[in-house]
Amino acid sequence: MSITLTLADWGALFLHFISLSLLAVGGAITTAPDIHRYLVDETHWLSDTQFTSSIALAQGAPGPNVMFIALVGWNVGLNAGGGLAAGWPGIALALWGVLITMVGIMIPSCTLTFVATQWAHRNREMLAVKAFKGGMAPIVIALLIATGWLLTGNHENPARDWPLWVLAGATTLIVWKTKTHLLLLLGFGALLGALGWI
Amino acid sequence: MTTPHSVAPNAPQNKTDLFVSFTVLALQGFGGVLAVVQRELVEKKQWLTPDEFVEDWAVAQILPGPNVVNLSLMIGGRHFGLPGALAALSGLLLAPTVLVLLIAIAVAGFADTPVAQGMLRGMGAVSAGLIAAVGIKLMGALKNNPMGMLTCIGMGALTFIAIGLLRLPLAWVLLSLGPLSCVWASHCIKQRGAA
Repeated sequence: MSITLTLADWGALFLHFISLSLLAVGGAITTAPDIHRYLVDETHWLSDTQFTSSIALAQGAPGPNVMFIALVGWNVGLNAGGGLAAGWPGIALALWGVLITMVGIMIPSCTLTFVATQWAHRNREMLAVKAFKGGMAPIVIALLIATGWLLTGNHENPARDWPLWVLAGATTLIVWKTKTHLLLLLGFGALLGALGWI
Repeated sequence: MTTPHSVAPNAPQNKTDLFVSFTVLALQGFGGVLAVVQRELVEKKQWLTPDEFVEDWAVAQILPGPNVVNLSLMIGGRHFGLPGALAALSGLLLAPTVLVLLIAIAVAGFADTPVAQGMLRGMGAVSAGLIAAVGIKLMGALKNNPMGMLTCIGMGALTFIAIGLLRLPLAWVLLSLGPLSCVWASHCIKQRGAA
């Protein structure tokens, strides 16, 4: 897919990611639906396939989930610069896309987090800070368990998906009770998946 | 007067240590970094006790932005101010960005094949298990909670039902149960202080 982006378009892209940043409560992945709306449906700067494979690839690669934003920026840049076939100018524009989207999504939330947490750390003996941390602790722990549950339960077909549940359940037990290296477990999961057993 | 609080045995030595440590843990985190953060920073390096990790994770979760990014800013900033926060953040993001782009170039086309989809399914199931295991392990940290274990379990169960079973939006749950729990925690801390 090939598109032309003016300087104003790049500005609009940057502003859009800036505005999304503070809405990303609960992780970058919560902004995915809006990024899809803006880039795929509205501006047509990104194809639907590129969007989906950006998310899949970010999940399959090491690093925080926010890497899917870098891939989205990369693909928009590729589309604007003629793709990998265009050689270095194409790659340069793709990297520019990464920079625009990643810096945009990072600046507002990082600034807020840094300022707020430095304040909270200086005032850690204050009742409000202690109450916040103590009060939120059980909720946060339950959220982790619920996230694990949702990621597994997402597959709605028990007859076909039961091996996924067994694998997730076994992983939970192994990580809870042993010190097995996490990469070993992930590699094992990838192998089972590649063989088509789950 | 104050809540009994364990102190972490170790701390990052300098900004390079922060950068390298966060690079190492980012490169191990497939499908999210949380499980690795808990394993590396709490169990191996012991920069944080389980209690501190839960508290910091609560803050990282509430603030906008990727959770792990927020956590890196908090830990870096606590030990070495703004330069420390930037060192931890760039450690977390730099190598994975380069790597994910290299992978994108290498596998252009492969990501949509059945084998790649199968691998992602398998890794997805494992990472679901990893996240749930971190939650279960951290339940031990609640025994020092000012609200007491029983209230914590009740509050946790409500959260799990709302998010995991009823699938309510995260914002609703955080904005309703969150303040309720914090007000009760504040009450309990005051009670303990008065006793």
